Amino acid sequence: MNHLEVRGLVKRFGGLLATDHVDLDLVRGELHAVIGPNGAGKTTLINQLSGEIIPDEGRIVFDGQDLTREPPNQRAMAGLGRSFQITSVFNDFTVLQNAALAVQAHAGHSFRFWRPAASEPALTKPAMAALEQVGLAARAHTPVAVLAHGERRQLEIAMVLATGAKCLLLDEPMAGMSPAESEAVVTLLRQLKGEHTILLVEHDMDAVFALADRLTVLVYGRPIATGTPEQIRNHPEVREAYLGDQEHA
Amino acid sequence: MARSGAARIFAILLLAGLAAVPLLAAWLGQPFWVTLFTRILIFALAAMGLNLVLGYGAMVSFGHAMYLGIGAYAVGILSHHGVDNGLLQLLAALGVGALVALGVGAICLRTSGMAFIMITLAFAQMLFFLAVSLREYGGDDGMQLQNRSQFGPLDLNNATLLYYLAYALLLAVLYGFWRLVHSRFGMVLRGCRSNERRMRSMGFPTLRYKLSAYVISALVCVLAGMLMANLTRFVAPSYMAWTVSGELIVMIVLGGLGTLVGPIAGATALLLVEEGLSSLKLGIPWLDTVVNQHWLALIGIFIVLVVLVLKQGLYGWLVARKS
Amino acid sequence: MTTGLFFTQLLNGLQLGVLLFLLSAGLTLVFGIMNVVNLAHGSLYMMGAYFAAAGFNAFDGSFLAAALVAVPGTLLLGLLIERIVLANLYQRDHLDQVLATFGLILFFNEVVRFIWGPASVYINVPSWLSGTINLFGLPYPAYRFAIIAVGLAVGLGLYALINRTRVGMLIRAGASNPDMVSALGVNIRGLNTLVFGLGAALAGLAGLMAGPIVSVQAGMGEPVLILTLVVIVTGGIGSIRGAFYGALIVGIVDTVGRAFLPTLLRELFDRSVAQAVGPAIASMLIYLLMAAVLALKPQGLFPVKHG
Repeated sequence: MNHLEVRGLVKRFGGLLATDHVDLDLVRGELHAVIGPNGAGKTTLINQLSGEIIPDEGRIVFDGQDLTREPPNQRAMAGLGRSFQITSVFNDFTVLQNAALAVQAHAGHSFRFWRPAASEPALTKPAMAALEQVGLAARAHTPVAVLAHGERRQLEIAMVLATGAKCLLLDEPMAGMSPAESEAVVTLLRQLKGEHTILLVEHDMDAVFALADRLTVLVYGRPIATGTPEQIRNHPEVREAYLGDQEHA
Repeated sequence: MARSGAARIFAILLLAGLAAVPLLAAWLGQPFWVTLFTRILIFALAAMGLNLVLGYGAMVSFGHAMYLGIGAYAVGILSHHGVDNGLLQLLAALGVGALVALGVGAICLRTSGMAFIMITLAFAQMLFFLAVSLREYGGDDGMQLQNRSQFGPLDLNNATLLYYLAYALLLAVLYGFWRLVHSRFGMVLRGCRSNERRMRSMGFPTLRYKLSAYVISALVCVLAGMLMANLTRFVAPSYMAWTVSGELIVMIVLGGLGTLVGPIAGATALLLVEEGLSSLKLGIPWLDTVVNQHWLALIGIFIVLVVLVLKQGLYGWLVARKS
Repeated sequence: MTTGLFFTQLLNGLQLGVLLFLLSAGLTLVFGIMNVVNLAHGSLYMMGAYFAAAGFNAFDGSFLAAALVAVPGTLLLGLLIERIVLANLYQRDHLDQVLATFGLILFFNEVVRFIWGPASVYINVPSWLSGTINLFGLPYPAYRFAIIAVGLAVGLGLYALINRTRVGMLIRAGASNPDMVSALGVNIRGLNTLVFGLGAALAGLAGLMAGPIVSVQAGMGEPVLILTLVVIVTGGIGSIRGAFYGALIVGIVDTVGRAFLPTLLRELFDRSVAQAVGPAIASMLIYLLMAAVLALKPQGLFPVKHG
């Protein structure tokens, strides 16, 4: 059984067909990239997968469960995690508090009124582990408000990991990063796949082709090709629509 | 608790000062101060309650005065029917308060932003008119209480005892809230204030936590209302006037939104200013008359200035300063 | 409960609804476009009534003078408030706006007490409207009917303005997506001032018309303000259509409810129960209505679709 199966997904905004009968499969442990020109509907697709938007038609089945109409928190509880294209962390808290809050979401209920959350190893240990994985452990007690952009993007990923999600929907995790920062994220994602299933939306083609087991190309909301990097690189429609006719290195 | 040394010192001085009021009043021979400061403590308690949802949860409730009313009327109505037992009154007040808060909160939390503010205001008005229509319990004019609440050996007719009861309650709630805002529950509430969308996408069913916080804050106001009825031996719909809700918000913002001690500082400052203005004697007759009779206008301008100038409130400003 | 009495109360409800519409239209536009809550809107209504009374009493009982003082006077006052206080609040969060305008309410209530004293001031119905007219065989006060007529005319005028003019198109666009309108280079400051001025003028008109039939005193704005907020929330924030239907519904439900619910309850229940419960429920009726609407449609009956 595939980790995530999408069948016939359709979403209209007024007269605009943003998602045009999308079929998508995520094999357990793979890193599946979704690429396409701007306006192709990649973020809309992720929003439907994570539950921020409900599709007009189609089905989303995760681990055998039909999640098509479930709200975001139910999907997170099922193990489907999502990072945001525009960094959406908690500015009022420290790095560790952010990660701990993500752990807390999956560590039972939060009707505990007395014991300080910061003193609970059940929360802080997994949080530190997630921070270490992304390389932010040294900044654990730094207020998020003073972090650099790249570090905030790293925290985004750490928070998804901290929720214990096994399937990660990553929406342009490397947006706005310097080459060195992007390198670090590529290394991280390489370590994560296998253990985790990853759907990666990214514009950084070097990273995408270095990491992806398979790619799907989305143009005007419709998938025009799915396959291995080699297959996609040589696919005539893709070359025309997106990569251009130049030889890609 | 407080992040800067100055804030910590301020908080200690404030709490110590409040503890010393009855002693000072006795020494100066001015029992009026005890009454005034009991009122301050009551409003500080109510403001602290509201601050849980306003400051820590970013839920701007413009109707919390109705819980003051529920607390006061629980005492008043039961007393009117001969039930002076404080414990029974307490149970009734908390019971009714919790039910109303659950109902009102569940409906209001379906909205957010401006609509939330307006709807909480509308519900408070609803309860206000309900109280006005209860002719058996005084209607618009309110009613006197025959007896104060009986809590065993505690004689609430003793002004000093009532003062220290209110003070103890204030300290207890302060400590309880301190634990609460750092607990798991508190982190969820503050997370919702910071970025509710992210909280939901991480897996938190945010509504139940916000509703719980709303109920807790309402119950603290109910306690304040019970104390109010015992202080004045009087209950009236005016306890639930929407202007009271507004004043609570002013106290919180004046003292410092989202700090624990802020509401206490704000309540003390605002009520002392009101008291000062209404009995001001500058020596210039026409000015004194104007100020004494129309001090509310000055409060109005004061509020506008506070909002425009002092964004973080008195205590909040102290907290935010690097020590 | 005769049909005639019911019909009269229905008309009274319509009259109240029309006054509420004048206030709601302004408030909902200001909120929808400028994203500012102005609680002092009720104070503008109060000042409209006071200006009208001042003009009336200064010019020998002339309602025309009252009108000429009230509407432009309130408009000017509104623009003053906008420049001095509100302009600083556009970027602030709702809490700050609520607090600052709450402070303005306190201020205006005291100013009015200071200038005119705590007792009510009086303005009379104009003599040419002091009779009754005949509506389908039913006598009804001409003045109240005039209020309904003026209100409906303003409603039509607003409809034409919003839906048939360029300015109206900008207003609708602004209500739907203010950032975009501003980014398109429209003079958003000018638009804001226009909208706010329009709201203030409408509030002044409402105050003028209400003057002869309500008690003109300090604090008269707040109960009306709260009714207005109920209308806006029930109708849908930012929506003129919502304000119109919401206002009529609230006006009619409140008036007819207060008049007939106690009687109705007496028919159905024991007299003592009805007497205890009747007036209470009647006064809570519109809030129960609002709660019911929100339980089913949290965005209100006619929500504005946001771009």
